[in-house]
Amino acid sequence: MRSDLTAGGAESPSWLLRLAAWGGLVFLHFPILIILLYAFNTEEAAFSFPPKGFTLHWFSVAFGREDVLEAIGLSLKIACLATVIAMVLGTLAAAALYRRSFFGKESLTLMMVLPIALPGIITGLALLNGFKQLGIEPGVLTIVIGHATFCVVIVYNNVVARFRRTSYSLIEASMDLGADGWQTFRYIILPNLSSALLAGGMLAFALSFDELIVTTFTAGHEKPLPLWLLNQLTRPRDVPVTNVVAMLVMLVTMVPVLLAYLLSRGGDSVAGSGK
Amino acid sequence: MTPPSAPTPMRRIASMLYRRPNFYLLLLLTPPLLWFGIIYIGSLLSLLWQGFYTFDDFTMTVSTDLTLQNFVNLFQPANYDIILRTLGMAIAVTLFSALLAFPVAYYMARCCSERMKAVFYIGVMLPMWASYIVKVYAWTLLLSKDGVLYWFASLLHLDGVVDALLQLPGIGGKTLSTSNLGRFLVFTYIWLPFMILPIQAVLERLPPSVLQASADLGATPRQTLLHVILPLAVPGVAAGSIFTFSLTLGDYIVPQLVGPPGYFLGSMVYAQQGAIGNMPMAAAFTLVPIVLIAVYLSIVKRMGAFDAL
Repeated sequence: MRSDLTAGGAESPSWLLRLAAWGGLVFLHFPILIILLYAFNTEEAAFSFPPKGFTLHWFSVAFGREDVLEAIGLSLKIACLATVIAMVLGTLAAAALYRRSFFGKESLTLMMVLPIALPGIITGLALLNGFKQLGIEPGVLTIVIGHATFCVVIVYNNVVARFRRTSYSLIEASMDLGADGWQTFRYIILPNLSSALLAGGMLAFALSFDELIVTTFTAGHEKPLPLWLLNQLTRPRDVPVTNVVAMLVMLVTMVPVLLAYLLSRGGDSVAGSGK
Repeated sequence: MTPPSAPTPMRRIASMLYRRPNFYLLLLLTPPLLWFGIIYIGSLLSLLWQGFYTFDDFTMTVSTDLTLQNFVNLFQPANYDIILRTLGMAIAVTLFSALLAFPVAYYMARCCSERMKAVFYIGVMLPMWASYIVKVYAWTLLLSKDGVLYWFASLLHLDGVVDALLQLPGIGGKTLSTSNLGRFLVFTYIWLPFMILPIQAVLERLPPSVLQASADLGATPRQTLLHVILPLAVPGVAAGSIFTFSLTLGDYIVPQLVGPPGYFLGSMVYAQQGAIGNMPMAAAFTLVPIVLIAVYLSIVKRMGAFDAL
């Protein structure tokens, strides 16, 4: 018996494989659809299914709530600051590590991956402990430091991949033609990196906006959006408002990923694509 | 002809850096090195060091007398149970997500047009990146009594099946949302994309000629799958399992929101440092996932996981 290999290299799958593959995709999206559905639910206690009716009422309620608006603003601020720091540090590290190999290079890469590879609870506790010993009061600053620490590797992965594809002779040519370091960076390196840098930045933003575990340790009295949500889940009240906020958070974390994908299509790859 | 003008200061710095690549490298590396070295590695080491401090049960205070007692305490039956419970869940989640991920990855890698592959790729990336806490929240809605799953079960007249599942020892419970089965489903759902992508990447790199050779030599598709494709996909599964294993091991939000009472490693660390205030014991507990993950990494490294990352 021969396997069904078509000319294009794509096999024609059996119905079982087709079912399993599409079933897997449905499994991944079903809970997300439920969140979208429940945000428009008319009920006060939105745990029953199917929903009795649909309304936009809870959106206006949610946006009238001081605590919700504050949490959104705080999370946006943290994500922006952490992303900027991660972009600077990640680009510096990528520029240093992409071409030359030297003693300790492997450990440097490992050090950048560790904050995201080790369970968040370890990173969180370690940072909290470190801040305590330095006498830094937990607050916005400590949250930003924590987020930036694990966002660096995301930017690094994207930028280093682009650096490897950028010919070094471009940089040498620029220097030969009389440009100084800043000009070379501004007119040669940066335009080359821009889309990779932007994609990495957006992923870092999404990661920071949603981060919960490290944040619980470094937040002190601050309540960014994921913490606000967790608080609602452990003590359920205002279910409709929670549903609306949940949908918004989901969209804010999904849209940057989509944009990053579109930006880095065509030969380039986003972190995690594994190609 | 005019003589070349004197180089600007910026230009002089640029040439100087070009001639001293090591200095330039150091300059580039200093900010990230300082950041990670001081903030991250420093905190991490200082945390682990606290595992050797002494906690006084009566005064509830920490003294800096060094002791190994905290690490010995990890092997008390109660603590040992926590480690085994978490480890068991991490292994179960890893195995089941590999099972679910394989067909999706295979279909993505080998049976799709380029267009469809992009659809699947985004279809896996979006749930992977969608907010963690919102995904957990969605599952509390799905699993709750009168929730979506119960509704579907009764629609399909499967209430009996759900009840029977919940009667099973070990995985059962009063309702789906307080059972180990529910917790297991949530974990599997959340980490599944991390398993799909590496397997897909490995399968995509399989040369078609290998499969053709297998078929030409008389293997049935089933034999090709078992003896050619699966062994070659092992590095991808191993790479994916790093994520499913270590992420489950350190999680403390899901065990808190879904499933029966009883500590997980993460929730124990959280309780020790927070409510109980025993930082040395919390620090000792953080060593458990670190050691387990290190052991796990050394195993999967032999399976070629790092080449597939």
